[in-house]
Amino acid sequence: MEAAGVAGVEPTRARVLSLLAERWLFAFLALETLYFCFAAEGFANPNSLQILLFYGVEIFLLAMAELFVIVTGGIDLSVGYVLGLASIVGTKLIGALAGAGVPPAAALALGAALTLAVGILPGLVNGWLVAYLDVPPFIATFSMLGVCHGVSELIIEGVYAMGLPPLAAELGSGHLLYYAPGAGMSFLARPEVERGTEVWEIVPNVVVLAAVVIAALWFALSRTRFGRHVYAVGGNRDAALRAGIPVRRRLLAVYALSAGLASLAGLAYALKYVSGKADAGAGSLLDSIAAVMIGGASMFGGSGTVGRTVAGCLVIAVLELGLRMRGTPTFDKYVLVGVILVGAVVIERWLPGKGR
Amino acid sequence: MDDYLLETRDVVKRFGGLTAVDRVSVGVRAGEALAILGDNGAGKSTLIKVISGVHPPDAGEVWLEGRPVAIRTPRDALAAGIETIYQDLALAENLDVGANIFLGRERLKRRLGLKVLDDAAMRAEAAKVLERLDIQIPSLRATIRTLSGGQRQAVAISRSIYWKAKVLIMDEPTAALGVAEQRKVLDLVRTLKDQGLGIILISHQMFDVFAVADRLAVMRRGVKVGERLVKETSPDEVVGLIVGSETVGAERAAVKPMS
Repeated sequence: MEAAGVAGVEPTRARVLSLLAERWLFAFLALETLYFCFAAEGFANPNSLQILLFYGVEIFLLAMAELFVIVTGGIDLSVGYVLGLASIVGTKLIGALAGAGVPPAAALALGAALTLAVGILPGLVNGWLVAYLDVPPFIATFSMLGVCHGVSELIIEGVYAMGLPPLAAELGSGHLLYYAPGAGMSFLARPEVERGTEVWEIVPNVVVLAAVVIAALWFALSRTRFGRHVYAVGGNRDAALRAGIPVRRRLLAVYALSAGLASLAGLAYALKYVSGKADAGAGSLLDSIAAVMIGGASMFGGSGTVGRTVAGCLVIAVLELGLRMRGTPTFDKYVLVGVILVGAVVIERWLPGKGR
Repeated sequence: MDDYLLETRDVVKRFGGLTAVDRVSVGVRAGEALAILGDNGAGKSTLIKVISGVHPPDAGEVWLEGRPVAIRTPRDALAAGIETIYQDLALAENLDVGANIFLGRERLKRRLGLKVLDDAAMRAEAAKVLERLDIQIPSLRATIRTLSGGQRQAVAISRSIYWKAKVLIMDEPTAALGVAEQRKVLDLVRTLKDQGLGIILISHQMFDVFAVADRLAVMRRGVKVGERLVKETSPDEVVGLIVGSETVGAERAAVKPMS
């Protein structure tokens, strides 16, 4: 208690190190991007950003799902197959509604809402198992992975789910803004121009969707009582309990949120690819967990932020697109993501004020 | 006949076949410190967890200010003005001082119609209460992880004081501290007594008990085996009660009655 004053002075060296701990990820991301601008032909183009965001939408949303769960000290292995299940349920429901004569826009809205309602169920079960029955998150969500996979395959019987109305594809591959030099701009719909005219497509719709959701999640985690409780549960569950925080309800909400986000990612997938399939998100699971870890969250809970998780996602998305454009085989990406992940964890431990 | 601020009446707590607390009645007055002593597994911690709402009792009652209170959850206890500082301090190490003082009772402000955490106000309030107790913390933005054991204890105590505790329960408050910090914490306990709080202290350190407690109750295997005024007993007698040695009665008889 002998330290002087409340304002506090940190030694310079510690300041530099803690600044480095705070910022190294962004520096790494900048260097990585710079590397591919030179190494991959055509990468140095604003359009690359749109492309990597468009293809990365599922990983961004799953990483957000994973972030909340990991901050509480858990893990959600089921998000990938919840995504797949939602892509199938969404495709079938929207298709059925449109087929029954419901106007396409209403069919989309209603079908999407129902899909989210269904998609949250696995999360409620996960949360109930983890929060109320004290089942380890790994076991609960691993079992749910299997259940969702099986149910998905039962629904589609080994084929793709299809039958979305054309509006779904227009939205899924469409952009927020179109600009045709000389012919003006339009929102959401491609302007009527002669074939061969150049039209700038600005911000894919699914990216807008993800951005809005991520902004809301940033707010929820960093600025609300709910977010503070999520950190408290992960930092010291006993302390949270004794401080009167309804720990079990918060955990239930976090796992439900996780499944809800995975379902939203499933809907985005369905709109993007105009189909649904069981393993639509199988490959995104590891990327999303890696993104959260690269973002500096501790596996033991209590740390991790939306901003740094977005940066973690970008590290992976830039790598994916950069390697593709450079013409490198996909498995290089797996190796590199693994190396970056381990490197990130080592850096977080080595630098002060983080992890531990 | 008693003017207890807080008392337990025949409280029972069982875990499966084990009766951890067996019909225990203890009480603490305002401005007084009651020490609860006992060997490991004597039921001290379970008893305070009953009072603080972590383990609701299977039988018996908790009375506060002359009335029975229903304490089924930690929130109930906090609402009644019963604050508990556990041995592990129950601080979220990943959060800062202000966030910890307001943990579970966060202060909010309205921004664009949304309820938002008011961290600036929470930090300002934290600074005030730290100042009132003459506690120095390097930075209010520092996470608990970066603080010393004594500083953490001080934050935990500040939290209780901020929430206007009537009764403060402290579980081994000096256990993990250096000598200087121990003294500081004991001084804090005296300050709190002077401010009219009832303190329930659990400690293995006989020195602490004799330094700050007014009365002590001894538990053995879930049962209260004795209660003494500190000024009328001795460490030897207390040890005898704790371990259950048969010479206790003889020693007791040998103690000179106080005038």
